[in-house]
Parts: sequence; structure tokens; C-alpha cells
Amino acid sequence: MDIRFWLIQTFNGISYGALLFLVGSGLSLIFGVMRIVNLAHGSYFLLGGYVALTVIWTTGSWVLAIPVAALAIAVVGLLMERVFLRPLGFDPLRQVLLTVGFAFLFQQAALDIWTGNNFDINPPDALTQSVVIGGLYFPLYRVFMIGMALSIGVILWLVMEKTRMGAAVRATVDDAQMARGVGIDTSRISMFIFALGAFLAALGGVIGGAFLGIYPGLDFEILPLAFAVVIIGGMGSLTGAAVGALAVGLADNFGKALLPEISYFTLYAPMVLILAVKPTGLFGRE
Amino acid sequence: MKNQQIKVLLVVAALAAIAIIVPNTNSYVILLVTRALAFSILVMSLDILLGFTGLPSLGQAAYLGVGAYMTAILATKYQFGLGFDFWLVVVFGILIGAALAAIFGLFAIRATGVYFLMITLALGQCVWGLAYRWNSLTGGDNGINLPVRPKFGIDLSQDVTFFYLVFGFFSVSLLLMYILVRSPFGRSLVGIRERELRMQILGYNTWLHKYIAFIIAGGFGGLAGVLWAHTAGIVSPENVVLTTSVDALLMAVLGGAGTLVGGAIGAFIVIALREYLSTLVPWWQYVLGGVYVLTILYLPSGLMGIPERIRQRRTLSSKPVDPKKLASVPS
Repeated sequence: MDIRFWLIQTFNGISYGALLFLVGSGLSLIFGVMRIVNLAHGSYFLLGGYVALTVIWTTGSWVLAIPVAALAIAVVGLLMERVFLRPLGFDPLRQVLLTVGFAFLFQQAALDIWTGNNFDINPPDALTQSVVIGGLYFPLYRVFMIGMALSIGVILWLVMEKTRMGAAVRATVDDAQMARGVGIDTSRISMFIFALGAFLAALGGVIGGAFLGIYPGLDFEILPLAFAVVIIGGMGSLTGAAVGALAVGLADNFGKALLPEISYFTLYAPMVLILAVKPTGLFGRE
Repeated sequence: MKNQQIKVLLVVAALAAIAIIVPNTNSYVILLVTRALAFSILVMSLDILLGFTGLPSLGQAAYLGVGAYMTAILATKYQFGLGFDFWLVVVFGILIGAALAAIFGLFAIRATGVYFLMITLALGQCVWGLAYRWNSLTGGDNGINLPVRPKFGIDLSQDVTFFYLVFGFFSVSLLLMYILVRSPFGRSLVGIRERELRMQILGYNTWLHKYIAFIIAGGFGGLAGVLWAHTAGIVSPENVVLTTSVDALLMAVLGGAGTLVGGAIGAFIVIALREYLSTLVPWWQYVLGGVYVLTILYLPSGLMGIPERIRQRRTLSSKPVDPKKLASVPS
């Protein structure tokens, strides 16, 4: 185990973390604003990948697939929030179960439309090469993933910190009742955030589909990881989601490489400890 | 009180009907019912937490998992538990489930609401991670196939005999849990569910009450695991995956949380839908998903709540509406 091993593993961990940031940041915002444990979030990820496949099959354009898939799933999320979650009122258990019911429905729909086969999303050739730095091969696609997550992160941060809309979202995260009191339309904020979360998850699905593949069951594989990101980082915090995603990405990679037999345990046990000590996560506010 | 006696009689009659009718049906039905009975014990154990204590656990499959894996490992590696020592395995299963709950409870019990959901999810994932990855012990993704079912005077590899055994465990578990929730301890659990702060002010150690309930539920979960291992004949990470925990939760809510029997009804319906309907139509999961969504939207108190709702509607329509009463109903 030399320095090259550590470099490559760190790079892989960071790029996986970049993907997890896309899934986790949306889940974190949804949780922060609405206090909903959204178990359908993994489904958005998977459906995003499937829609992208259809777009690629019909038009052949990978670049077009990214926005189309993300927007389509954002609409799905928006409808789910407006039609089903909003009328339900605040009851964590019923909300969770409703999102699971939808996860099952989405699962079946995906099976019917896209069959149960494994697919790969093939990015353009330009992204399938590797760059060589100091004798180490870095796949360009992973570099692209990191770049994508960075730019999305910066845009989100700018919107949250510098715009009026972002200020309203932050106010809702901190205290929804007070936010309503000062005239913020929290219902519209919720709708917007839920759609945004679905958008980001689907984006992750399109981008992650190139190296994870797209297959039935992926939804419930990515979901616990997204929750790990949210819990470690703190609910409703963008910085937290970024730190959490990096931590989970690295822990997952090094765990699998160094301690294969207990690799998932090393991922979820810290999650339990953080929840037990500071339920709002490292960067979450009380 | 009389009402309660009628309900108990109904349950006993239903149990008797199952014990008489099921062995005379075909082997497929016997297997299905055995599965449902074994899983029902887990769902009812969850109902103690969810329905009576107000703790919605998203990781209940972990206890089924440790019980099942322990049974499988003892049977394959040490040939233990295949004769009279099966009864020891049952005891061990209950103990290991309770012990795991005693450890997990230390982390989970302090959390409330959404945080309790999250932390139990994380704890369940810890167990799943070990089951999935610890190849040398758990067989990893492939799981462990069990050898023949135990034999001690009676031969449990006979499906009917095994059905009676699981039926017996189910009935005893139901009885014990019923006694538990009707006991003063069970009453104080309901008090905690309704308003924890008030119970604290009254001098109850609510943390300890919840902790003990958590451990008891874990013990029943472990028992369900032992039975499940021999019912299915295979133990795999599927048994401890997040969706299994979610299934248990949905079954409890579908039947009606806080009724115990409701959990069993939910388990029967879901397992029947999943195992039987899936052989008939390819789109069975729409039915399952639809049932869940509709239950949560329109039947929050579950199937067991239907008679109550009908009664309410009758009294509402027969009496003139009292505006004061309406105003006090929270919207």
C-alpha cells in the first residue's frame, strides 16, 4: 500500500462524494424545510437515470438527457408534494409511509416501462478518456462529476445566501412558524424545495448512471447512503451536505478497500453515534 | 368492558378457524400462512413500540435478522438446534434479540419524532451492513441455506406439523403481548405515547419505560427470526434490508396501529398479496403500493379502525350536529 493507493482511493472517494452530494443536498433541503423523511428520494435518482436513457435512445444526445431527465423528475416531485404530501398535514409517520408507497409504485412503473435489465448510460467519448498525472490515471468522467457537483454546490450556495428566495428558505428551515408569521409563503417554499430536491436527485441519477449502472433496486441502495450524508452533515444545511457527502464518499471507498468485511458497518455506525450525540447533525442548527 | 370481551372472543374464534381450516388446504396455503404467522410476531412486536409507545421504528428487521442469522449459523456450523436443542435456540433467539435491542436502545430511546425514525434506520443499516459484507460469518449476498428442520419426537419438516408449531408460538406471543399492553406497565406506555411530559411530571421514568418496551419488542423480534429462518429455509441480507423494516411498519399501520391483531391482519394481507398475487398478475406491486397510499390517505387508523369510523358516521348522521363539538375537533 503505497502513496499511489492512497491518492487513487482518495480521488475515487471524492468523486463518489460528489455524486452523493447531488442526492444528499436535495434530501437535506427537503428535510430542513418540511421535516419529511422522504423515502422516495432514491426513486427520483433511479427514475432520473431511466428517463435519461429514453432520451438518449430516442435523440442520441447525452447533453440533452441531463436537463430533460432532471426537469421531468422535478415535475414528478412537485406533483407528489402538491397532490399528496401537502394535504396530509404534519405527521412524520404517515409522511414516511406515503413516500414508501410511492417508492413501490415507482419501482413497478420502472419495471414495466424499462424492463428489469441492467443498463449503462454512456457519456460522450470525450469524457471516457483518462488524464495521466505523475503516472496515475484519473478517469476524466470522475473529474467531470467533481466539477458538476462543485458548480451545482456553488450555484445552490449563491441562491441560498444571496437571494431573497434563499433567505426565505433559510428562515423556513430555522422556524417555519415564525417565517409564516413574517409573511413568507412557506407552502410555496416547500413546493419549490421538493421539486428542487427531486431535480438534484435525478441529476445525480443521470450522472451516476454512467458508472453505477441503472438497474432495479438501485433506488433503495442509494437511499441509505443519501440519508447518511444528510445525518452526518446536518439536516437543511448545504455546507453540512457537502461535508457529509465527502465523508461518506471517502468512508465508503476506504472501508471497502481496507476493511471489506465490515465496510458498511464503518459507514453507518458513525451515523448512529452522531445522531445519538447531536441529532441535528454536525452542521445542523437546533 | 363487555365490548372488549366480544373482541377477545372474536380473535379466539378466528385463531381456532385458522387452526382447523388451514391444515386441510393445500401445501401452498399452509406455507403462506406459516410465513404470515412468523412475520406477524415481528409486526406485533413493532406495534408495541409504534401503536402503544409512539415509537415508529424503521429498523425492526434487525431483530428478526439477528434471530434468523443466529439460528442459521448454529445449525450449519455447529449442527446445533436440530433436535430437542431447538428449544434452546428459541431461548437464545429471544435473548439475542433483546440484547441487541438493549444496546440499540441506549442510542435510540432519547431521540423523538423524525429523529427516532432516522436513528433506527441507521441502526438497522448497521446490521444490514454486517450481514451483507461479513462473508465468513453470514455468507454475504448469498445468505445461508438451512439444513432440514428440527426433529424431536415430532418431525418439523412436515409442513403441517411446522405450521402448528408456528401457530402455537404466534398464539402465545399474541397472548403475552396482550397481557403486556393491558398491564399497568402497558397503560403507562400509552400515557407516554399520548403525552410524555405529563407522565414525567407524574413521576414516571419515561426513558426506562420506553427502554424496557424496546427490549421486549426486540426479544419478540428475535423469536420471529428463529421461526422465520426455519420457515423460509434461507437467511439472507434481504431479511434485514431497509424495505423489510418498512414492510413491517406498513403492515402494522395497514391493520391498525395499537391493536396488536391489526398487525397480524396487515401481515396476512401483504404477504398474501405479495406471494399469491405475484403469481397471477405481473402488476401486483401497483396493488400493493396503491393499498399503502390509500390506507395512509383515507384510513389512518387502519383496517381495525373501520368499525369505529362506521359507528362515528352513524351517530353523526342520526344526531343533529352540535356546532360546539365540531369546533373542538382539531382540523
